Amino acid sequence: MKKKQLVENIIHGVFLILGLITVGCVLLITVYLVISGIPAIMEIGFNDFIFGKTWASTAAQPQYGILPFILTSIYGTAGAIAIGVPIGFLCSVYLSKMAKPKFKAIMESAVSLLAGIPSVIYGLVGMLVLVPAIRELFDIPDGASLFAAIIVLAIMILPSIIKVSMTALDAVPKEYEDASLALGATDVETYFKISVPAAKSGIAAAVVLGVGRAIGEAMAVMMVSGNAPNMPELFQSVRFLTTAVASEMAYSSGLQQQALFSIALVLFLFIMLINATLNFFLKREKGE
Amino acid sequence: MKSQISNKRKIFIFTMKLLMWISVIITMALVLFMVIYVMAKGLPNITYQFLSTKPSYLSDTIGILPNILNTVYIVIATLVFVIPLGVGAAIYLTEYASNKKLVSIIEYASETLSGIPSIIYGLVGMLFFCQFLNMKTSILAGAFTLVIMNLPIIMRTTQESLKTVPQSYREGAFGLGAGKWRVIRTVVLPGCVDGVITGCILSIGRILGESAALLFTAGFAHAVNGFIEGLFSSGATLTVALYVYAKERGEFEVAFATAAVLMILTIIINLAATMVSRYFNKRRSI
Repeated sequence: MKKKQLVENIIHGVFLILGLITVGCVLLITVYLVISGIPAIMEIGFNDFIFGKTWASTAAQPQYGILPFILTSIYGTAGAIAIGVPIGFLCSVYLSKMAKPKFKAIMESAVSLLAGIPSVIYGLVGMLVLVPAIRELFDIPDGASLFAAIIVLAIMILPSIIKVSMTALDAVPKEYEDASLALGATDVETYFKISVPAAKSGIAAAVVLGVGRAIGEAMAVMMVSGNAPNMPELFQSVRFLTTAVASEMAYSSGLQQQALFSIALVLFLFIMLINATLNFFLKREKGE
Repeated sequence: MKSQISNKRKIFIFTMKLLMWISVIITMALVLFMVIYVMAKGLPNITYQFLSTKPSYLSDTIGILPNILNTVYIVIATLVFVIPLGVGAAIYLTEYASNKKLVSIIEYASETLSGIPSIIYGLVGMLFFCQFLNMKTSILAGAFTLVIMNLPIIMRTTQESLKTVPQSYREGAFGLGAGKWRVIRTVVLPGCVDGVITGCILSIGRILGESAALLFTAGFAHAVNGFIEGLFSSGATLTVALYVYAKERGEFEVAFATAAVLMILTIIINLAATMVSRYFNKRRSI
């Protein structure tokens, strides 16, 4: 009997360790980013690093200012949200409330497919379709720009926004809508004035999720944004936080490489902030 | 009955309907455009030689066999490690954990993991697996990085399927005198098979599409290796190869052919995911 108890305890311990692995992974990532990211910030100086406007890591007098990357990431994400959210939101209202079941099912699998397409394919199509189109349309020397990145990001966040908002809208109790319809509101009015407010936490979560996706995307953006460390302008070649890490990592060393780790740390802090916001909205959604 | 809706309301309804249709059409057009454009550009360039050889400077041809093999290796290596870890963690959460605080910490950690962008995984994977554990840039280092990335997926799908195993099954087994471990082995584990399979399909999709996390952990090499040898050497997966051919070498025909292969695989995985969930739902409702 004692032996059996012992075996049970051991197995309990094994599962406990397995359960704690995710916590360990998060700690590992945090610790590594902090340890490898802090030295360069100390050496360059916090203000010069975060608010410096020039990034010239390979110059004779290297300068490591990442303000252009931070602003590009923020503008790029804001632009993608401004385009992607209205389309995704309206699409999800239609699919959740008005579409016939068969059409809804088809669109749902289409949206899943859109979510599943690898980001390098978006980058490739962006490079060969979007970038030349922007060059022709706006008559600029190179179409690889912040604008191209915004469009690609807007397309890439569309599926997550549609899916999460649809889940929230589907969960609105039918009684709310019936009451509104009985009071004389038409179907469209009911959906926008009753269902959408009722699902607002879930829709907010969808937007925040979109922000997280957009700010973390690297490869597709790298292929269409031109990758020059300029201050962000809509039709200029720009570099994001993610692409700053990706583009120089392969050949960097010394302080330059450490500065890349610091950029990753800044990106990580952004993501943690976004995650906390997302969690807040998801909790509220569950609570309601 | 005459309509009594004011003009203002009519305009609101009409505008909203119009905007919704436009949005739906844009979304639908995007999906169709992506699939058709990639297929039209890529399929004509796919030949048997393209799929079955490695790049050769002698004959100046490019083949993606090494990349296909590397992708297969990395999928296998990742799943082998992530399934036990993810299923174990899910079992701990649903069957063992009694401390609410601990559960919420673990769940928060798993949510955090699923929000971290892949470029950060790539960086930490490079620092930890390649440099600290001295694994160099290798498929195995890439696979370990992907294990951390895919852990939340397997955990979530397994947990969801464990919740559908009726409590009475467990109580029945306990009532017959079985110990906790025996109940888990004989009652709980068979019940979560569907969750594990769904999780595997989702993970394969994610691994197939992943590139940023693999650039610095699995590397760029294009050699044809056996499985064991391949695990310990650097190798580009299909997505990484696509990136290199498109961005760094300007070989767009090759890039599109690779993109078409990836697109076909993505479609297959999506169909598989839908079919599996439909199959399990049907079986569960009987």
